Amino acid sequence: MSNIKYILGSFADPDEMMDGIDKLQANNISIYDCFTPMPIHGIEAKLGVKPSRLPIAAFCFGITGTCLGFSLLYYTMTYDWPMNIGGKPSLPLPAFVPVTFEVTILLCALGMVATFFFRNHLFPGRAPRVMDLRATDDRFIIAIDAKDNADHEKIESLLKLAGAVEVKYNERKYVSYE
Amino acid sequence: MSSHNESIIREPLVTGKDITYAKVTDDILLPVENKPNKAWWIGFTLAALGALLWVFSVGYTFWTGIGAWGLNKTVGWAWDITDFVWWVGIGHAGTLISAVLLIFRQNWRNSINRSAEAMTIFAVICAATYVVAHMGRPWLAYWIFPLPNQFGSLWVNFNSPLVWDAFAISTYFTVSLVFWYCGLLPDIASVRDRAAGLKRRIYSIMSFGWNGSVKTWQRFEIVSLILAGISTPLVLSVHTIVSMDFATSVIPGWHTTIFPPYFVAGAIFSGFAMVQTLLLVMRKVLNFENYITMFHIESMNKIILATGSIVGIAYLTELFIAWYSGSEYEMYAFANRIAGPYWWAYWTMMTCNVISPQLFWFKRIRTSIPISWVLSIVVNIGMWFERFVIIVTSLHRDYLPSSWAMFYPSWVDVGVFVGSVGVFFTLFLLFLRFLPGIAIAEVKLLLKSASLQQKSKLIKEGHLDGEQVEFFRNTLTKYDSVSEDEINELETK
Repeated sequence: MSNIKYILGSFADPDEMMDGIDKLQANNISIYDCFTPMPIHGIEAKLGVKPSRLPIAAFCFGITGTCLGFSLLYYTMTYDWPMNIGGKPSLPLPAFVPVTFEVTILLCALGMVATFFFRNHLFPGRAPRVMDLRATDDRFIIAIDAKDNADHEKIESLLKLAGAVEVKYNERKYVSYE
Repeated sequence: MSSHNESIIREPLVTGKDITYAKVTDDILLPVENKPNKAWWIGFTLAALGALLWVFSVGYTFWTGIGAWGLNKTVGWAWDITDFVWWVGIGHAGTLISAVLLIFRQNWRNSINRSAEAMTIFAVICAATYVVAHMGRPWLAYWIFPLPNQFGSLWVNFNSPLVWDAFAISTYFTVSLVFWYCGLLPDIASVRDRAAGLKRRIYSIMSFGWNGSVKTWQRFEIVSLILAGISTPLVLSVHTIVSMDFATSVIPGWHTTIFPPYFVAGAIFSGFAMVQTLLLVMRKVLNFENYITMFHIESMNKIILATGSIVGIAYLTELFIAWYSGSEYEMYAFANRIAGPYWWAYWTMMTCNVISPQLFWFKRIRTSIPISWVLSIVVNIGMWFERFVIIVTSLHRDYLPSSWAMFYPSWVDVGVFVGSVGVFFTLFLLFLRFLPGIAIAEVKLLLKSASLQQKSKLIKEGHLDGEQVEFFRNTLTKYDSVSEDEINELETK
């Protein structure tokens, strides 16, 4: 039993990588993940990655912001200590619009980004889990789990056929750990 | 797909020969991965001296109080608020480029958004310092926020635009910072994976562990889009609220309903001028000519022309309404602006903001780098004078002629302003030294669709309409980064 954990197909061109995905899928070889230096449009559909639900999270945070912002204004201006400011009503709805709006935006942005970081395990100081150091530079990587897909020669030939410039057999999952 | 074929009649957004993904990374990271050149050191030294002047002037203000400024009992708001509005306005272009142009799918934003957003953040930092400084007792700055307190829970007055402003500016700064940093993550990861030793550790912490997997990129794009969607109304609200600081008062010259749209247009106008000032130098010093091309420069000049014209119309509308309203005080405020003791400030504003940008109707001027640079600085000066005119000329002659006065800045006023420019450039130069000045990942997206290389390839394959190719070749003549040989090569037989 070999110690190879992952097979990486390294492409110099995104279209060739997409072709590689097609070829592997046509041969029932499952793809672990792809790592690219830029977003590749259409790759989610190909790999069957579901659409992100972040917009729902953003909406929920936004509406929470609206409620919190308005509650703050209502509590301070109308409920807790209503004041006569130039004879204005103590529930001046038009004057409440700007702050309610700003709090909505603030909570929506921070909440959505926090959700994004949480779901993708992004936070300052997290050790980068990188399979190929050139995936953030000029290589488009297809990673294939070597244990699940036994026929390594076929994988290599398919990747090469699609135009892979290099095929790597990694014994460690991540190369970025010191 | 990353490589749909874009129409040939669109100008290329990336020029240069033999561009590969690796070359894009190398070019953009050159100033980050190497020791800075002489130009950087000269700029940084000057900027840091300016920043020191700022520290000294603001320190002096805090030590002695607001009396250190040239204010008097008639003109209680002058340079400080002028500078504040000026900086906030400058900041707006960054958000406009990163958010509004993203929503409108203007791909030319990809190579200028990073530095423009950085400019936004540093400009808002400069603006915020004025808000704190003009409070006189900065250690009590938290009083503008509704915190439970020992005065019997006396809350802030949420009817006041000044309180809205505190919320607007702090939200704007936070959201801009988050937007900018999210966009930086993939590029910081690029620096990280090429670096070694301590540098790698630091960039590793800053990269938040980015790895560029499918799901990361998918969520990244959604986050960018939604942040753009919420930043667009946000940026409009911020300058609207800034204008309401004036418009909701009862001072003739301030109390006008035209202020919100007029301020927003002015903000975009001055912001694009500042982007132009910075980028024209940056592309030269850092050799980014292939990424920030003549197309970008010309597009920005067109926006300066459009927004400058909106500002011009607003000035004229203001004058017309002052006369048409029949209000004696309103009319006096404007007559005093035009021909009173501050006539020179008014006419500087008119010349710099309304007349000189009209030169951009000429293509020769629009595509000339030295003239664009000079005009962008002229616009910055003009927009500073606009705020000065609005603030000081409306105040200096109030209802009682016995209290009419002039405003004369003290050395502290000048020091705080010149110093804040120094602070801004110090931050900007540090940014260029340590972070990628162009969004690497986003430029890579353009490589197989909007680059000159790709378009040349399509032409050479030769299935294109000859007339369109001819049109494309003609548009290339304005590019300073495309040689004549390259254009001649594209000749169709």
